[in-house]
Amino acid sequence: MTSSLLIQLIINGLIIGTLYGVVGMCFVLIYKASQVVNFAQGEFLLIGAWACWWLLTYWQIPFFWGFLISIAFMMVFGLVLQMLVLRPLIGEPIISVIMVTIGLSIFFQALMKWMFGTFAQPFPPIFSVQRVEILGLQVQTAYLMSTAVSLAIMAGFAWFFKYSRIGLAMRATAYSQQVAQSLGISVRQMFALSWGISAAVSAVAGVVVGIVNGVSSALSYFGIKVFPAVILGGLDSIFGAVVGGLIIGVLENVAHYFDSQFLKWGNLYEIAPFYALILILMIKPYGLFGTRDIERV
Amino acid sequence: MGGEPSGVAAGATLLDVRDVSLRFGGLRALSEVSFSVEKGELFSIIGPNGAGKTSLLNCISGRYSPSEGRIGFEGRDITRLKPNKRAAIGIGRTFQNLALFHHMSVLDNIMVGRHHLLKNNFLTGALYWIGGAQKEELEHRRKVEDVIDFLDIQHVRKATAGTLSYGLRKRVELARAVALEPKLILLDEPMAGMNLEEKEDMARYIVDLNEEWGMTIIMIEHDMGVVMDISHRVMVLDFGRRIAHGQPAEVLADPHVRKAYLGEEDVEDPFEQEAPAATPGAAVRQLSA
Repeated sequence: MTSSLLIQLIINGLIIGTLYGVVGMCFVLIYKASQVVNFAQGEFLLIGAWACWWLLTYWQIPFFWGFLISIAFMMVFGLVLQMLVLRPLIGEPIISVIMVTIGLSIFFQALMKWMFGTFAQPFPPIFSVQRVEILGLQVQTAYLMSTAVSLAIMAGFAWFFKYSRIGLAMRATAYSQQVAQSLGISVRQMFALSWGISAAVSAVAGVVVGIVNGVSSALSYFGIKVFPAVILGGLDSIFGAVVGGLIIGVLENVAHYFDSQFLKWGNLYEIAPFYALILILMIKPYGLFGTRDIERV
Repeated sequence: MGGEPSGVAAGATLLDVRDVSLRFGGLRALSEVSFSVEKGELFSIIGPNGAGKTSLLNCISGRYSPSEGRIGFEGRDITRLKPNKRAAIGIGRTFQNLALFHHMSVLDNIMVGRHHLLKNNFLTGALYWIGGAQKEELEHRRKVEDVIDFLDIQHVRKATAGTLSYGLRKRVELARAVALEPKLILLDEPMAGMNLEEKEDMARYIVDLNEEWGMTIIMIEHDMGVVMDISHRVMVLDFGRRIAHGQPAEVLADPHVRKAYLGEEDVEDPFEQEAPAATPGAAVRQLSA
């Protein structure tokens, strides 16, 4: 009985881990492009989920269209946010920019509470079947969809950066802004684009989590949870973010298992990723796939 | 590799630099430098280390903004134009230190150079197969292959740029700049750190680019043998000032140039001796290093 519980929890961990991976990729995307550690990443999930919820409940739009519109909205939101708030800060010390993202995080959380209230709101039912059984394990339909969507996003990221012109230009910009400019790439556009893509993809994760848990400011907690994942994977590695996300997702659930079975502390689930974060910073501060030394001669 | 200017369309000025000064705080990197480059010319800038050669190149490519003076390209004032816009109107460059994207393949490195020539933007790119972006990409691949053939780097096209030898990486960097199809290409020490064979190859590519591809070239180079051999005109900078300017033979004979390079006028003159085939310009290189 307990071992089947462990397996169930590990599966849960992998499912939630792919979501951490997706949000982690978005976080790394901004960091790689503009060296900004974005503390408002969680708010992208929150705003995206609220936007989708609003379209579905207030306007009664079918889920598919509501989902697409909220992604498009978040794309524009990210672009505009970068152009209005972050672009004027280019050239300022990076720590000031990071402080501004903390400010943005607080601002948007308060704004969402003001607009939509402080209570968690459930999404209207989207799937006719709530749970399906796979190999004797109970899996929520929404989680199944989340995994499928996450994997699709990861494949999309891989394709985008490997084969598309813009993706190539973004990689060039991340490597050297000066060289990228000399090849006719507008660094400003690439910065704005990285924020737009990051916000839009985070919104997908926000909607998926919102479907399972309801939409509330707890969603922005993802923005904090993603730190252990990206630091484990390496701050500047998109692939690392995925691996880090999976590891943290599984770790969380395994910690939950040991806690509930043996330790009975009651909160290890929440805390374990941050213990891991501290350990990683002590042992391998550049993460599993991060660049060891970013400075060049 | 004749020393005589060849194929210069007289009177067609491509780049016009007027009284450009550049200051960093109290330091004057450039003082009222003026020169112009004709279409089809191979123009070299020489001078001792710290003379302001790279600063001047950076003013032309747009990385630095001159404190005074103006820069005209094809009759248009580009003094305040952003670097990426300058690349888009036809000014390409290479860097003194290797600046390849060394985790990318050689092919990807060169494809980045095509960026500004791509018509498809983010939205049409998202509709990759529908909007004709794929067809466009195929055309670009063909042009990129031309550049790859020209620089003889077919055998490493799939290799990761960071794994290549120094000389090959320099060639890939040149290929990337050429892929932009610039009208004017700025080369910052294209042969620095190369062995003799690599230097001869590079000199041949530069001359071919100029004569066959019709590109106007501004080159900074320390190897005096190569500079005097392939340049149509040469400008000498010292302490941010233009001290000489003209055809290679004139510049060599200029007493200011000798003084700048040798410190005194009555030291044995390295320019006098016939540049030996084995080490062209070696004496000067030692002095200026």
